[in-house]
Parts: sequence; C-alpha cells; structure tokens
Amino acid sequence: MNELRYVYAVTRPFDGVLPDGVRGLDGEPPRLLHHGDLVAVVSPVPAGDFAEAPLKKHLEDLDWLTATARAHEAVIGAMTTVTCTVPLRLATVCVDDSGVRRLLDAGHDRFLQTLDRLEGRVEWGVKVYADPEPAPAPRPEPSEPAGGAPATGRDYLRRRLSRRQAREGVWERADALARTLHAELSQRAQAAALHRPQDSRLSESPGQNVLNAAYLVPRERSEEFVAEVGRLTPEEGGVRVELTGPWAPYSFAGHAGQPDTAGQAGAADTAGKAGAADREEAAG
Amino acid sequence: MTTPNLPDPYGSNGGANLADILERVLDKGVVIAGDIKINLLDIELLTIKLRLIVASVDKAKEMGIDWWEDDPSLSSGARRRELAEENQRLQRRIADLEAAAPALEEREENQA
Repeated sequence: MNELRYVYAVTRPFDGVLPDGVRGLDGEPPRLLHHGDLVAVVSPVPAGDFAEAPLKKHLEDLDWLTATARAHEAVIGAMTTVTCTVPLRLATVCVDDSGVRRLLDAGHDRFLQTLDRLEGRVEWGVKVYADPEPAPAPRPEPSEPAGGAPATGRDYLRRRLSRRQAREGVWERADALARTLHAELSQRAQAAALHRPQDSRLSESPGQNVLNAAYLVPRERSEEFVAEVGRLTPEEGGVRVELTGPWAPYSFAGHAGQPDTAGQAGAADTAGKAGAADREEAAG
Repeated sequence: MTTPNLPDPYGSNGGANLADILERVLDKGVVIAGDIKINLLDIELLTIKLRLIVASVDKAKEMGIDWWEDDPSLSSGARRRELAEENQRLQRRIADLEAAAPALEEREENQA
C-alpha cells in the first residue's frame, strides 16, 4: 500500500512506442496500462510523496510543483507526438492499478468522446505583450528650456503628457493587435480559448500580457497556422507576439464551453468537489 | 517533443515558461474524480492557481483590458452585448475628445 499510480493522460491503444528519453515522475519511462479500448499513461509514485497529506504540503512548495508540472507536461507532450492524448490534470493519483481501471471505467464514454473531438489536433498558444517603456527611449527628451522660470511648469506637464500619450499609444496598439490576431486566428482554428493574462513575475517575460489565447489546430495545418501568426506579427516596437506549442490540447480537453466540474456523473456531488466549485465561482 | 517540420517556438528542452505549463496542467485538462485523491486536491490546486493569477487579472482590469471575460466567441450573450458596448465606448471617446479639444487648441496657441 505504499505505492500509488500517477496518471498523466488517457489515449486509445496505439501502434508505435513512446519516444526515447521520456521519463516520468519516478525517473523511469511511464507505463501504458491497457484497459478495454483505453490506455492510461501511468507511473508508480510513492505514497510518501503523493498521499493526501504529503501532496498537500508539496503543492505549496513552488520548486516541487515546478519539477512535477514539468515532468507531467513532458510526458504528455511526448505522448502527443505519437497519438491523440487527453491530458489529465496535475496530480491525478489512483490507488493501485485497479484504481486506474475504475477511473477509465468511470470516464469511459467521456474519454472516448473527447478523443474523437481532439483526434489529429494540437494546441498552439499565442500571446501579445505590451511593453510601454522600451529600454532605449525612441526619441530623446527635448532638452530643458533655458531656465525660463514661468515656462518650467508648463514644459513639465507637456513632457508628462507626451510620455503618457506614448504609453497609451502602445496600449492601444497592443489591444488592437490582440483583437486582430484573435479574430484572424480563430477563423483558422477549429476552436479558440482565451486565458487570463499572465503575471510577468511568473512568466518572466518582459511587458504586460494583454492576450493569452490558445487555438486548436489540425496537426497537418499547423505550419500554415504558424506562418499566419508570423504574418500578423508587426515589426513595430512596444508590442510583442509570442507563439508556443505544439501543446497537447489541454485547453480543449474539458467539455466544450463547460467547466471541468460539469458532466461528471456521480463524482460532482462529493463534498470536496462541491467546495472547489463554490470557491471557483466566488473567485471568478 | 515537437512535430517534425514545425518550428520549435519554445526551444526543445524545458524552454516553455513555467506560467504556461502551470496554467495548462493545473487549470486545463480533464478532471476525473472517482477512486482517486483529487477531490481534496482541487481545492489546494485552486489556492495555488489563484495566488499565481490574481495579480495579473487585477492589473489588466486596471488598464481596462477585460474583454476575455465577455468575448463573443466564448459567450453568445457577449456577442449581443458587444455592439451596444462598442457604441457606448465610441460615444465616451467622442465626449472625451470634445472635452479635450479646447485644451489642445490652447496648448497649440501657447506653443506658437
């Protein structure tokens, strides 16, 4: 009883093998657990780390969380290159293989529907950043007027105004670009999702994130999509476009347009679940 | 990690930024609650998630950028609201510009 099963993703049985060098949380290649017409991608993990209490503590530790999240994403990313994958949320942990089988039984129809919907598609992330104060000043400040006392206050205000206008100009361009990009890319994608802008302290990207979108694109049309992003990316300073991917279709794995908490027959009414849903609403 | 013949925008190894990864693995993907221990975890994950994103949302709203909340592609109600809101926005803008016009003229005179 001191080993648990960490489940990364669910797929259909597939031909081919996992890419070389994929390591799960235990440092070994993840195992494929076949159950009927579904396959779970799992790693054994120690209860000392992943049982309720230790996991709770670990999740508060950003370093641990980072390592775990990266390992989780790396496994799913690797799976995505060989087959269609439904990614599960971080820290989906079952007791024993039998628990994984029950998980696959409980979600059977939903997994199959999701796999049908996502087959052959990948997710691309597109972000727009506004950077209103680029490091090199675009034009030098007008030199101080020759000490004319009455002019100083006015000049000061004028300078303040022009700086503010420059800044607002960047916001406006970023906002306009975000809208254009989203409109154009939505037409070239099968689905689009808008995420909240990211905090620059976490993303470590300069500038303020004004668009954080994800697009579901057929794999064979990805090159076209990427080229389109490039075409729509302006040269001008102060506004930046960032493309990430291809990701497993995380943003589209839940039921279309519904929160993850919906549509979970028999599970949604447990106390913990309801508590989480309430908080989510309160927070939103 | 990536498909052949495609660019590799986040570099092949661990280049994706942490925010992107956390955003996806904490917040997206499928949650299945069954014979597993995630019921409690949803709450824990949520507190982490909130801590990570709250600042950015407030900051964005401060700047008046909150259109992801009522984007037409996400909500049909938003689509109907959108035109009315744009109309209002434009009217406000015109009012602002009109209010600012005398000040601008004065400034130009002073500069002349």
